[in-house]
Amino acid sequence: MNERLRNLLAKAGPFIGLVLVIVLFAIPAESRDTFLSYYNFKIIFTQTVIVAIGALGMTMIIVSGGIDLSVGSAIALTSVVGALLIQKGWGAASVCIAMIASGGLIGLINGTAIAGMRMTPFIITLGTLSIGRGAAQLMADNQTVNYDSSAINNWMTTADPSSFALPAGVWVAFALAVLTSLLLKNTVFGRHIFAIGSNEQTARLCGIPTVRLKIAIYGLAGCFFGLAGLFQLSRLRQGDPTVAIGLELDIIASVIIGGASLNGGVGTILGSMIGALIMAVLRNGSQQMGWPTPVQQIIIGLVIVVAVFLDRLRQGRQS
Amino acid sequence: MTTTAAALRLTGIKKSFGATRALRGVSLEILPGEVHALIGENGAGKSTLMKILSGAHAADEGTMELSGQPYAPEDPHDARTKGVAMIYQELNLALHLTAQENILLGAESARGGWIDPRVSRERARAALAQLGHEGLDLDRPAGAFSIAEQQVIEIARALLKKPRVLIMDEPTSSLTQADTEKLFATIARLKMQGVSVIYISHFLEECRRIADRFTVIKDGETVGAGEMKSATVEQLVRLMTGREVKDLYARSAHPVGSVVLEVRETSSAPRLKRASFALREGEIVGLAGLIGAGRTDLLRAIFALDEIDTGEVCIVNAPPGPSTPRARWAQGLGFVSENRKEEGLMLSQSIADNLTLTKQETFGRFGWISRRLQRAAADRWIQELGVKCRDSAQPIGQLSGGNQQKVAIARLLQHPARIFLFDEPTRGIDVGSKAQIYELIGRLAASGKAVVVVSSYLPELLGLCDTIGVMCRGELTGFRARSSWDEAEIMRVATGAN
Repeated sequence: MNERLRNLLAKAGPFIGLVLVIVLFAIPAESRDTFLSYYNFKIIFTQTVIVAIGALGMTMIIVSGGIDLSVGSAIALTSVVGALLIQKGWGAASVCIAMIASGGLIGLINGTAIAGMRMTPFIITLGTLSIGRGAAQLMADNQTVNYDSSAINNWMTTADPSSFALPAGVWVAFALAVLTSLLLKNTVFGRHIFAIGSNEQTARLCGIPTVRLKIAIYGLAGCFFGLAGLFQLSRLRQGDPTVAIGLELDIIASVIIGGASLNGGVGTILGSMIGALIMAVLRNGSQQMGWPTPVQQIIIGLVIVVAVFLDRLRQGRQS
Repeated sequence: MTTTAAALRLTGIKKSFGATRALRGVSLEILPGEVHALIGENGAGKSTLMKILSGAHAADEGTMELSGQPYAPEDPHDARTKGVAMIYQELNLALHLTAQENILLGAESARGGWIDPRVSRERARAALAQLGHEGLDLDRPAGAFSIAEQQVIEIARALLKKPRVLIMDEPTSSLTQADTEKLFATIARLKMQGVSVIYISHFLEECRRIADRFTVIKDGETVGAGEMKSATVEQLVRLMTGREVKDLYARSAHPVGSVVLEVRETSSAPRLKRASFALREGEIVGLAGLIGAGRTDLLRAIFALDEIDTGEVCIVNAPPGPSTPRARWAQGLGFVSENRKEEGLMLSQSIADNLTLTKQETFGRFGWISRRLQRAAADRWIQELGVKCRDSAQPIGQLSGGNQQKVAIARLLQHPARIFLFDEPTRGIDVGSKAQIYELIGRLAASGKAVVVVSSYLPELLGLCDTIGVMCRGELTGFRARSSWDEAEIMRVATGAN
């Protein structure tokens, strides 16, 4: 019973955190009215999309005991690829597929290097972080890639304050979160992701093809990063090779705030999504309060540290 | 014994690693449904043999047959599929996954990639029922179970593959007496189902109880085999080592002097409750008790590794200092952890670095470490304690358990400490090294040092110590001269049966 209560608390932890930050910004007079409006939440949800979709892939990777630092570069690279293809007159559907595939390709390269060459994910993805950024800048000839128009431009729009409809990106992120959560909880693939992160030796002993599994994890996560690049493109309406610098840290922070362990074996999609929302609410609220960007940075940093500290306390009590 | 009856037969197995000949010709015959004890000192080649059997290594020469068929596993998973499963001393579980998920790991019941929860549950239950543990909570994470229960989970997983031979490496080394009994009951069930068990243990009394037959390996060769019923512990030890049992605990006279350490009503959450005892110069105090009784907690509290809630630890004639491990070293205490790999030693670092870690600043000037001085100190102890190694620069992780332990103790000698706290000093090391460690502890006492030994191995405590204290549920209950104890009496107090 006690154990069940603690498990419940562990699961509710990130949710309580989200409620706390919302309450924090709902109280001061200067932010209350604008912050708590439906329109503002529509903006927050839309601002969460890119980090949230990235966090879906990152959750799989972190649960498997890995890490991927190259996400920001992958997003920039795929958004440049997408913009170039639109320039060439590709339709929205084929651009989507091409962007997701190019994200997946980067993931496969990461996974193959990590699993096949037995290198640490930190080093490999630190390398691809730099390589991906460089490749994006080369492809874009060191400038933004502009195009006339595309259906893609409408998927992240929040322009009309009177419209209650959420943009397509929010729905896509929501649907994918549900699917990925089911994938992690109810499929053999998901079970093996937890197994490899919890104890890789045991996984191998039990006949789980660890090399193939890792490549698949990074590959699939890469597809998510490609999709995040798609929504980045949709938001900016141009391919920008310098976009999303450092975004991997926001994404990793979301997953960690959501209760995942960098040692692997622990993590949930729901937690990561709430983590992504906490990050977005903090950014949005700080802007409403008129806090300058450096102050926002410091607050977000503190939230990460406090979240992980609380998590440690919780786990310490458990053992 | 006809030739077709064997469940597993190994003939003339040889294996070399570079210039080292680990196995020089091992033969082993396991009958269906028997428990077979495999006995030998560390370094005798047991681990290599088991790795060959379980598919982790391939033999250079020799033949293996499983139920009369040639047997050549490609890897551990292949071996499991063919019917040979190994339960390692360090368990192979994904601690974050539930018991059920662990049991079915790699063999999930699924349709099109989706896990079928109903069939999964039935299969996990069935495997546990085979072991007589159907009550285990399948939804708890494996990490929340005791070691004994984790072992059951791992055996249940092996059972899914319908093994013909189950190899257990030191299965009781971290079990309490009660759990050991349960394990023996489980093994008896396996036997009834026709599974052969290869039982590897340093506890010869256990082997005698549980095994039908035995094989002894020494220096990579089979040196003896036979029926367990007709063998005595003395014979087994002689086969293993060429040494008599009574030589194991060679006691030397050591006069006991004045009190050097006094523990007064010391409590430390969560386990330790109001422990008091005094330790004198030249005295060897043994602490007995079940695992989790608070013995390690007491040592940790003395060495300031854990915070003391009430009471005090008083070190006589020592400079006052804060309650930190650093201050304890300065006060002349030394601690050898039961957990060599994770706490005691830095496995990737050299013998010299490990040995001089407590006082590295004395090996050089202005923060620079003089390798020459450091090595000279290390070489001295390597020679004095007979540490088998290439040289003092060799990473300590490459040494055998016994030699690692000698270095761990040498760290205290080098410091130098006058009060020695040993937690399970002979865990997982072979009989030959054990004898050397006993001798070393005896020498320490003879030279006026004070020693506390925590051990789960009662013959060792009774053979070595002057005074024995028994802990039960966090309390130090009996504390008196060794002559008033025997194994039965210690167990009675340790289990709280009075």
